[in-house]
Amino acid sequence: MDGLRRHKSMFLLPGLLTLVLIIIFPLLFTIRVSFSGWNVSNPQMDFVGGANYVKMLHDSRFWASILRLGLLAGGTVLIQYVIGFGVALLVWRDLRGRRFWRVLFLIPMMTTPVVMAAIWQTIFHESLGPVNDLLGRLGLSPVHWLTGSGPALAALMTVEVWQWTPFMFLLLLAGLLSLPKEPFMAAAIDGAGVWRTFRKVTFPLMAPVSVSAIIIRLIEASKLSDSVYVLTSGGPGSSTESPGYYLYIRGLKEQQTGYGGALSLTYLVLMIVTLTVVAALLAKAFKVKGNA
Amino acid sequence: MSRLYATFKYTVIAIWACFVAGPFMWAMTTSFKDANGVQGGATYIPWLQYKPTVTGWHNIFGGAGGVDVVHPFVNSAVITVAASAISLVLGSLAAYGLSRYRFKAGFIKNSDIVFFFVSQRIMPPVVLVVPFFYLLQSVNLLDSIPGLVIVTVALLLPIAVWVMVDFFNGIPREIDEMAMLDGCSPFEAFVRAILPNSLPGLTVAAMFCAVFGWNDFFFAFRLTFTEVQTLPQAVVALNSSIPPWWTLSAAALFGISPLVLLAVWVERYLSKGNLSGAVR
Repeated sequence: MDGLRRHKSMFLLPGLLTLVLIIIFPLLFTIRVSFSGWNVSNPQMDFVGGANYVKMLHDSRFWASILRLGLLAGGTVLIQYVIGFGVALLVWRDLRGRRFWRVLFLIPMMTTPVVMAAIWQTIFHESLGPVNDLLGRLGLSPVHWLTGSGPALAALMTVEVWQWTPFMFLLLLAGLLSLPKEPFMAAAIDGAGVWRTFRKVTFPLMAPVSVSAIIIRLIEASKLSDSVYVLTSGGPGSSTESPGYYLYIRGLKEQQTGYGGALSLTYLVLMIVTLTVVAALLAKAFKVKGNA
Repeated sequence: MSRLYATFKYTVIAIWACFVAGPFMWAMTTSFKDANGVQGGATYIPWLQYKPTVTGWHNIFGGAGGVDVVHPFVNSAVITVAASAISLVLGSLAAYGLSRYRFKAGFIKNSDIVFFFVSQRIMPPVVLVVPFFYLLQSVNLLDSIPGLVIVTVALLLPIAVWVMVDFFNGIPREIDEMAMLDGCSPFEAFVRAILPNSLPGLTVAAMFCAVFGWNDFFFAFRLTFTEVQTLPQAVVALNSSIPPWWTLSAAALFGISPLVLLAVWVERYLSKGNLSGAVR
């Protein structure tokens, strides 16, 4: 029994301890620093009580960024799910050159987000980029992609959809490829058409995969900041700021470490609570039993 | 399958393919331009619309006044390989333990430990980066490859555990039991009987680790400065100066080239059905 216990720990502990050690200090540090007035002119761990949190409550720019992230993440992940599922269904079965299409449709998720955001910035360039050029050829007037607040959000969402739909596609295609064959044969014998088969067989069978794919994407999307940094730098004004990027400005660029800590913790807790609730709601909506 | 449906199918695929491939085609064509090719407005076809040059490519491979992307490429490769290897070793050990033994400490059970690992993916890098800065500073590892490897492990270990727990759960316990009946210790059973059967799972985990390791920007951006520059940093630095688009495009294509090759691999494992375990 003692030997077994030692073996158990030998497997688990190295990894667990490594992660705990790497994560625990930042967490404790952030909690402590959020109660301090640490900033660029006063770089020390003093104690100011809840001042940072009170300040945060009145920080409308922070709350706007949280709300914006909710809309951005919710919107883009929904679009990614619909397109990803659709395309996965199309390349799932009989299709000429399907391996080529599958590889092509996977590539964007492999590529470095900040690097591709830099390329997208040239694509959305107002006078020299191809998007406005193509719009011009269609007889439409050029759009201020990166200097108008609405278009900048649309540009950011386009980049997110381009980058991460492939991830959704990968998870959903892997799910489709592991489905049992019998239900589909039964549906074919019943004479069910394409749409009916999808509604009655494919979609319900894919519910667990759908829920985990959406949640994984929401988790990753909630951290949005790198592509904002490169594509729009949060602009124009603060109209494309995500909480991650806003934190970067306050905590790192302006070195308001204490205030940044308070924002960090609030952001983290909000994300955990929201994602847990969303995960439960999704499981319910998709009628998945157990936890996904 | 009706003709209408087939037409619809290929049309949708063609449209999506154009959208997916567009940025790469644009980067490709831009990388062969120079100031003349860029400043007249968007052009696409070399020779016909602009005169192609190799200035961009020359700039990233040691041309005068160019930028160094080769060293950042090597740095990125070393960091990615080291962090992935550490995460895979620690991750598969932990995942094997979690899949084969029952752990209990108070109300904490196996599923809670798995959840703890996976939940670390929720941590935004921007939250971690300030404490990491002081942590690395205190052990003198700022602006160094080992320092960056350590923090990258925090990003990759959850992925390795997530993929490998599901994979090990799919391997019948009889295999370990047979090995232990033959006189292997639990550890030997893991190394001799389980690992050789785990190549598909390890490959999938390694691919995810490689992608997320290679693509990390934020940690490298805030925790390294002059000594160590990673590839995403080098490309973004090109973007923030007055952009010579041709150099930027060439550097970008160079930087993502290993990842495009990875996509071919991923598809192979997808076709064999080895990714399915990771989704559940």
